[in-house]
Formats: sequence, structure tokens, C-alpha cells
Amino acid sequence: MPFPLNIDPQQILLHWMNLAILTGGLYFLLYKPVKQFMAKREEHYRELEQQAEDKLAQADRIHTEYKAKLEGADEEIRQARAKAQQSLQQSAQEQLDQAQAQARQIVAHAQADAERAREQAMRDSQQELRRLAEEATRRLALRQDPFDQFLDLAEGGKRNESR
Amino acid sequence: MKGHKKALALWIAAILLLLAGALLAGSPGREETVQQAMRDAVLHDINQIALFGGKTVNPGLISAFLVTAVLLIAAVLIRVFAVPRFQYRPGKLQLLLEEAVGLFDRMARSNSPHRSGFLGAYIFAAGAFIFVGTLFELLGLQAVTVHGHPVTLPAPLSDVNAAIALGTLSYLVILSGGIAANGIKGVGKTLKEFSLPISMSFRLFGALLSGLLVTELVYYYVNLSFVLPVIVGVLFTLLHALIQTYVLTMLTALYFGEVSEPSPKKPKKNSRARNT
Repeated sequence: MPFPLNIDPQQILLHWMNLAILTGGLYFLLYKPVKQFMAKREEHYRELEQQAEDKLAQADRIHTEYKAKLEGADEEIRQARAKAQQSLQQSAQEQLDQAQAQARQIVAHAQADAERAREQAMRDSQQELRRLAEEATRRLALRQDPFDQFLDLAEGGKRNESR
Repeated sequence: MKGHKKALALWIAAILLLLAGALLAGSPGREETVQQAMRDAVLHDINQIALFGGKTVNPGLISAFLVTAVLLIAAVLIRVFAVPRFQYRPGKLQLLLEEAVGLFDRMARSNSPHRSGFLGAYIFAAGAFIFVGTLFELLGLQAVTVHGHPVTLPAPLSDVNAAIALGTLSYLVILSGGIAANGIKGVGKTLKEFSLPISMSFRLFGALLSGLLVTELVYYYVNLSFVLPVIVGVLFTLLHALIQTYVLTMLTALYFGEVSEPSPKKPKKNSRARNT
């Protein structure tokens, strides 16, 4: 019994075959290669984006590192400055102490020298006095009686007054 | 200026002369009436063509084979000459191809997110077949019938067998998606839409046939053969091609997505009992 509307199962099957060939052919010749290329390009741009993100992240990390280093350097500089100041103060103090010690030493030496000079002078003057006294004594003893001498001197004095 | 006027006058005179000649000459006695032409356009039972000199088939089948051949040759040429030269910055042809492939791929992905690989390839081929097949009738290629008369090859889908084949094949693709995703449940889901192959087939057939009938009618009468064919022949055909391509591929993708969606697992009785 023929189908209505000139429907022919054999022709339908031929159309199916035709569509199957077309689907397979277009899939392998066009759909798949174009999709693969699109996927490849997408992957390429994703990689570029990933690289850019990585570089950005690296730059951020470096920035943070340098920032931290900079902050560390500030602290280091502050510490170094404090240390230098401390060292300077210590050095100045040492020099001051040294100078004071030196000064004390000089003064002590000077005092000792002065004392020695004074004692020397005392000794010299005492010796001189003793020598003078001895000299005077000797002279006196060798010359005349002192009383006579005295009297001569006294007379001499009266003559001078009368003139 | 004078030369322009002379050319314009010559052009108008030529048109009027041709019009008058066409009207006066009339058409030779037709072998079939308009009723017969219409009937044959619908049923294709008179003007049949011998396939490879053997079985007589509808002209639509020959058109379908030709469309497939054209598409495959174009695909081979594109594959050999264009695809290896694809650049990351696409040219015009590459953009067109990528847009065509991307359109059906996106359609498949958006309508059937769980299973879209095969669906994309199928709706791409079906879309290309419907679009090119519908535009094919604009070429007006001639073939010789078994009776020795020339006949213009119609759009493949204006043949009911082609429309039924595409509709049922789409239904089978949907069914295969259901089976692949849900097994027996998928078959049940697909069989619920039992009217789908009929509606898909006859939607295509009706849409394409209406265009064909209007065109047949217009070309049947010589008085209607001026200016009007530009609108009914070209614009309607273009519109048909776009609309029918979109409708069939969209429906296929939509139903494929529906039946290939994984069914939610029902909680077991024991666990239900424990819960209660």
C-alpha cells in the first residue's frame, strides 16, 4: 500500500544517508578544525592573560618586598645612626675622660714639680743661709772682737753725725 | 550630461521593447495546468528523475545530493586552503567561519550544557543543509525528468521525504542524547515528545513548500514575472532560509538539552525511613 503524500521510505533512507554523510563530512572538515583553532587561540590568550597575571603578581611581590626592604632599611639607618651617635658619644666621653686624666696627671706632675722645686729652693736657701752664717761667723771670728768692731762702728757713726 | 541622457533613454527604450516583446510573444502552450504544477510541486509524483539512471526519485533528493556535494566540496576547499592559514587576528572568511561554527556551538552549549559535543556538530550540519538547501532554489538548476521534460530543481526540504528525514533524524539525535545521558529514562523522556518528529518534519515541509508554491505561481504567469520575483523569489527565500535554520536547530538543541539533563537521584527508601 503506497504512503500518502508520495512519502517514500526508501527516499527517506537516502536522505538520512545524505544527511549522515554531510554531518560527518562537515564535522571532520570544518566544524572540528575551526573549533580546535578557536580553542587553541583561546588557550593562547588564556596563557597570555595568565602570564600577564603572573607578571603582575610578581611585580606586586617585588614591590612588597622592596617596600619591606625600604622599611627595613629605614629602621637599619635609624639603628645605624643611633649606634653611630652612641659610638660618637662614647668616643667623645672616652676622649674627655682621657683628657681629664691627662690633665689631672699634668697637674699632679706640675704640683709634684712645684713641690720639688720649692723643697729644692728651701734646701738651697737653707744651705745658703747656713753658708752665709758660717761665712759671717768665720769672718767675724777672723777679723776682730766683735765688741770692738761694734764700738768702731759706733764711733764711726758719731763722727759722721758731728760732721 | 548629454551622453548620460542618451544612455538613460536607450536603457528605458530597451526595457520597454523587451516588455512589449514578452507580452506580445506570449508563452508556448503549456503541457501542464497550474493545478497540475501545484500538485506536482507538493507531491513530486509526475516530474520524477532517475537516480543514476535507475530508481526514479523526487527532484528534491537530487537537490539534497547536490547541496551536500556543494557543501562538502566547499568544506574540503576551506579545510585545505583556508584553515591552515588561520590567524589569531581573523580575516573576513575566517571570521565568517568562526562565527558560523561558534553560533551553533554556543547554541548547543547554552541549550544543552551537560552534553553538547555531538549536538553542536549535528545542528551545524543541519543548519548548513537547511540554509544552503533553501537558497539552492534560487540557482534554478535544471534537470531532466523521466518523461524527458526539463524541471527546475527545488529546495530539498520542499520534498516531504527530505523534511520527514530531517525531522525524524533530529528526533533520533534527541533520543540518542536522552539515552546517552539517562539511559532508559532518557528514552521515556524523549518518547513523551512523540509529536516532535511530525511537527518538525511538517513545519519544515510547510514552510519550504509555501515558498515554493508562491514562487511557482509567480513564475507560472508571465505577467507576474516582472519585479515581483525579486521580492518573493529572493527576499522570501532568504528569510525562509534564516528562519527555518534557526527554528530547527534551536528546537533540536532545546529538546536535546531537556532530555539529556541528568535526572535528580531519588533518595533511597531506607534513608527516607531513617530520616522520618
